[in-house]
Amino acid sequence: MSFYNTYQKYKEFDFEDFLEKVTEEDVLRAISKDRINEYDFLALLSAKAEKHLEAMAVKARQLTLQHFGKVIFLFTPMYLANYCVNQCAYCSFNITNKISRKKLNLEEVEEEARIISSTGLRHILILTGESRKETPVSYIKECVEVLKKYFRSISIEVYPLETEEYAELVASGVDGITLFQEVYSEETYEAVHLGGPKRNHRFRLDAPERACIASMRSVGIGALLGLDDWRREAFFTGLHADYLQNQYNDTEISVSLPRIRPHVGSFQPKCDVSDKNLVQVMLAIRLFMPRTGITISTRERPDFRDNLIGLGVTKMSAGVSTEVGGHASDEKTEGQFDISDNRDVETMKNIIYGKGYQPVFKDWQMI
Amino acid sequence: MGDQLIIGGKQINSRLFIGTGKFPNNRLIPEVIKKSGAQVVTVALRRIDFDSEDENMLNYIPKDCILMPNTSGARNAEEAVRIARLARAAGCGNWIKIEVVSDNKYLLPDNFETIKATEILVKEGFVVLPYMSPDLMAAKRLRDVGAAAVMPLGAPIGTNKGLRTRDLVKILVDEIDLPIVVDAGLGKPSEAAEAMEIGAAAVLVNTAIATAGDPVMMGEAFGQAVEAGRKAFVSGAGAVKEYAEASSPLTGFLK
Repeated sequence: MSFYNTYQKYKEFDFEDFLEKVTEEDVLRAISKDRINEYDFLALLSAKAEKHLEAMAVKARQLTLQHFGKVIFLFTPMYLANYCVNQCAYCSFNITNKISRKKLNLEEVEEEARIISSTGLRHILILTGESRKETPVSYIKECVEVLKKYFRSISIEVYPLETEEYAELVASGVDGITLFQEVYSEETYEAVHLGGPKRNHRFRLDAPERACIASMRSVGIGALLGLDDWRREAFFTGLHADYLQNQYNDTEISVSLPRIRPHVGSFQPKCDVSDKNLVQVMLAIRLFMPRTGITISTRERPDFRDNLIGLGVTKMSAGVSTEVGGHASDEKTEGQFDISDNRDVETMKNIIYGKGYQPVFKDWQMI
Repeated sequence: MGDQLIIGGKQINSRLFIGTGKFPNNRLIPEVIKKSGAQVVTVALRRIDFDSEDENMLNYIPKDCILMPNTSGARNAEEAVRIARLARAAGCGNWIKIEVVSDNKYLLPDNFETIKATEILVKEGFVVLPYMSPDLMAAKRLRDVGAAAVMPLGAPIGTNKGLRTRDLVKILVDEIDLPIVVDAGLGKPSEAAEAMEIGAAAVLVNTAIATAGDPVMMGEAFGQAVEAGRKAFVSGAGAVKEYAEASSPLTGFLK
């Protein structure tokens, strides 16, 4: 089994024709249904649905409250290293970019962990670039051993691994992965991934499924919005999430909605994704997958993020640095991308309370 | 000796049990407990932050409550057992609500794994209250392996749809000689009252209270509804009649 089969099924689908012919009635029907199918989902992503964002928001809010309550889960990323052998046009860590490269040693990992956990955070997402030489699975495991003392849940956002490697990490205490496909369109994928093992679209596409097979507790996916037509990319993201949730019932599948941000390099995104577009994607995903977690990162502006609370988002990062050693070290490196929301954990916590929601720092522990 | 509910050797004063996972602020919890009169409070071990003063949910649960940790997040019996042991080791007492969900799409409980976990934990001295899909055979097995109560869902969790499983729950009430606690799905006080009227020993409510505009007042409303429903059950409601009783009955000629 592979999501690639589903991808292929829709690859030749005439999106333009569908999106052109879909009616406002179709949109309203989709909003009123208990459970929607993929065509309803696509209708909600259409330009015709833009007029009905408020009705979608009301439904999304109700579904989110029902399944998650008035809570927002908090986490922060920790960059372990920025060595990378890939050439992703949109990323600062691109091997051809002349940036200073760094990898945290275990003492430095511990220092970062100490500082981050003192802010109250209990869930950590650790990141590396793709370099099996500098940051092999064995290094990630060593870091996990250190981090276990400070955090109750450890997730990874690293290069795609083999099933056995995911299983190894699960056994060592990792309970979640985040792995963005970046772009589902194979053509665009090839165009923006100019070199390195990441050029293998299919190996990356199947990685979340391998993590599910390895019994990873939570698996997050996403497309980097802006690389290609956002309606299609959002559609494939939803289909991918739905596919995984149906195949692997006991895994918590979640979706991130990252928009491309300024970075080192000259790449310009192909498509604009406005605030309104991003909200539409989030609402459509919520109506399609009522129980799925939705993450909004600090790529987004503070005021915009605050307004998304209550609409469908369930998980937010806080106190973020995208630099290696960004919490403890004075020696600065280039971040993976520029963040828009620099607010610390305490500030985010108060903002969330102010919105009538509870910031939740701990939602899992190693068992 | 009046109408007492005793579970695991403890006398329970309120037949409203509450969950704690969805409140906008944990500071509301003591207030909800006070106004609703609830005494049994369930908390997911996954949410308890033992290392934090502010965020540790346990700090908001009054000492005279009965803490019932739950195994939310368990995907199978083995994980439920591990979570239960961790909860007891962390000082959360020996009550445990078993929650085994292997289906994230609908969040329906896995009765088979639940029975396995219950059997193991009862032997280890826990007071086990399993959350389950209302199935008579599964409930019998839970009883046989030593569950202290059986907690069938009223509707899928979080849906606020009410007592959709009414007929199945009624069968459990009639057939299982254990307290039947309707857990999950109740959205309104009237639905809690309905569960009590058909003989449930108690109900457990989280979403409907936690996500209400005024959770404290909603908690109070549920407390009152549960009490009213119980009184109605104990007092023996009059029979429901399909037709009005005619003043000239059809069988009036029979002497």
